[in-house]
Amino acid sequence: MSSSNDKTRNQPGAVVENPWRRLREFTDARIGLGRAGISLPTSELLAFQLSHAQARDAVHLPLDIDALCSELAADPQLAALGEPIRLHSQATDRMTYLQRPDLGRLLDDASREQLVALCCEQPSDLAIVIVDGLSSRAIAQNAVPFLQRFMGLLASELPECSLAPLTIVEQGRVAVGDDVGALLNARAVLLLIGERPGLSSPDSLGLYLTWAPKPGLTDAARNCISNVRPAGLPHVEGAKRALYLLREAQRLKLSGVNLKDRTEDAVIEHRGSGRNFLVSE
Amino acid sequence: MTHSYRYTLGSRTFGFRDLAELMAKATPQRSGDRLAGVIALSAEERAVAQMALAEVPLKTFLNEALVPYEADEITRLIIDEHEPAAFAPISHLTVGDFRNWLLSDHATPEVLQSIRAGVTPEMAAAVSKIMRNQDLILVARKCHVNTAFRNTIGLPGRLSTRLQPNHPTDDVNGIAASILDGLLYGNGDAVIGINPATDNVAQAIKLMKLMGEVIEKYEIPTQSCVLTHVTNTIECIEAGAPVDLVFQSIGGTEGTNTSFGFNLATLAEAQQAALSLKRGTVGNNVMYFETGQGSALSANAHHGLDQQTCEARAYAVARKFKPLLVNTVVGFIGPEYLFDGKEIIRAGLEDHFCAKLLGLPMGCDVCYTNHAEADQNDMDNLLTLLGVAGCSFVMGIPGSDDIMLNYQTTSFHDALYARRALGLRPSPEFEQWLIRMQIMRDADRHILHDALPEPFARSLKALPGGRA
Repeated sequence: MSSSNDKTRNQPGAVVENPWRRLREFTDARIGLGRAGISLPTSELLAFQLSHAQARDAVHLPLDIDALCSELAADPQLAALGEPIRLHSQATDRMTYLQRPDLGRLLDDASREQLVALCCEQPSDLAIVIVDGLSSRAIAQNAVPFLQRFMGLLASELPECSLAPLTIVEQGRVAVGDDVGALLNARAVLLLIGERPGLSSPDSLGLYLTWAPKPGLTDAARNCISNVRPAGLPHVEGAKRALYLLREAQRLKLSGVNLKDRTEDAVIEHRGSGRNFLVSE
Repeated sequence: MTHSYRYTLGSRTFGFRDLAELMAKATPQRSGDRLAGVIALSAEERAVAQMALAEVPLKTFLNEALVPYEADEITRLIIDEHEPAAFAPISHLTVGDFRNWLLSDHATPEVLQSIRAGVTPEMAAAVSKIMRNQDLILVARKCHVNTAFRNTIGLPGRLSTRLQPNHPTDDVNGIAASILDGLLYGNGDAVIGINPATDNVAQAIKLMKLMGEVIEKYEIPTQSCVLTHVTNTIECIEAGAPVDLVFQSIGGTEGTNTSFGFNLATLAEAQQAALSLKRGTVGNNVMYFETGQGSALSANAHHGLDQQTCEARAYAVARKFKPLLVNTVVGFIGPEYLFDGKEIIRAGLEDHFCAKLLGLPMGCDVCYTNHAEADQNDMDNLLTLLGVAGCSFVMGIPGSDDIMLNYQTTSFHDALYARRALGLRPSPEFEQWLIRMQIMRDADRHILHDALPEPFARSLKALPGGRA
């Protein structure tokens, strides 16, 4: 594939290359694409369409739950979480899900009955909920590696933390975790969800921590860790931040806007003087 | 149930509870109105609602507030600032007559300008609901709105761009790389505007200085903006930061704006603060607003209105503060509000028309998310239609990919396409700069220089390992 790419890029005459393309060392933005006249060169047009196709597939291909369950079962530490309980939101299919976020926030009747039947009278410290969200690919590629890091940290740093049964929700939005957490009688919910895929990030995993989950909470009651993926926030960093938030939530008995994530710096500092190359002379 | 609006079709009578319901049911189909539960229940009901709406006198909109006057400062703004003298030439018209009048040869650019202050957002929204896409284009094209700061935006035959050099960690060299890319593709005359990755005052000041230095060093006739919360920008000004434009996302109900954390008094304070800096050279329009259908419902503050009517009301807020730029971020909010390319295109044309009719320098973020049923071809269509309609500006971003906000908008290349296909030019001051800097070789034929202009080549050579 790369050879055909090179071929289309190097057709003499038609394409004007941009010598500043090497500035890509500073950014993932699609700079220095070159041009045919004033239009995109063929190679760049096709590269864009591939990225868009991957992002679309991430939204529309259903999460392979069987594959996810086997992966979870294959890891001794994660197998300890038990066979996941499979749940579904009130959004019956993808088209409904995309147009009715309200339905994606609620469990359907069968799922609700399943959880009620568990009779979780003893409260647990944490419920982990996996939700497909807007990117099945984010879950398929990042849920297990993240959970391996997180469960490792949890075992060493919060060994007394009791866990509710692991659940997987199809066609779910973030707030569906409130329903699940409340029915499981959990003091906190950590929700793993596929984020809205970007063109250059179709596999972004989002983490949401909610203290005292119950239906009707807004996003102001949660803390979010975004862009967890190998090319974004590494799994181990995501796990560290999630554990930090869980500890703080347990200490303060709350989550959301009043729980500040002090692991992030207020001003992002970069190498060098802080001046950019356009004005550095 | 009593119905204040009725329409008889053969032996059947359709009833509509109030003006809000009539407006909502007359709105071309879109997912956000379905989500809100205000959409027409059938295609026929929608067509009948449009017929009933066409019979409503424009005067009705002055007497029947869609959001109560007492409860909403935007309703008060609309009613209190309505000018009867400007309204007089159209005061006898119904919504249906108004469409005919707008399309008539009598409605010249000068005449349209003279009635602006007599048109309310609700009147604009109502007439747009019974206009086809070509009507929205043709009338918008007659509405000329010029604004200025360091250059002039909105002259006929011109299409400006906001250079949007976003970076997921606000890396200064990453941002500068995208700025360079945009400038060398002839983009950036509307504004160089960054959505900061980290939204606080210190970070905003850092980015303002970055852009200010670039604009100063290369003597670019354009302005900068960090798209941070209005209260942050006020603090930046107090701290002595080089603020050109004040940004704020705005909505069409007081409740929406409360959820955004500001009110009209906040905007007035910010405008005064920015004006006090006297940084404009050819004009004093210092505000930059963004809007978008669906924000009121998203904030649960839509008062049972359809999303397009709420959107038009936001233009009353914008108009009050004489902005340099306003743009609808039409496809950003997602498929629960605008489902596919067809709905996004329609909404983009409606927003542009309503804003221009009300006298705003309207641009459009021609965009979509990956979970919407839309693609680059839909954006090509909307960009072309808006170019024909006389849209003031569009976004420009490297390769259409916003790596910070995770959505696709128009690229630097796209802007050049629209200019070349439609014979449009950048703002005059910026165009002269492009020629002087040897970026543009032939402005009439929209041809760029192949070689890297010398001042930029020097900056690249100065980089470690640098050889351009």
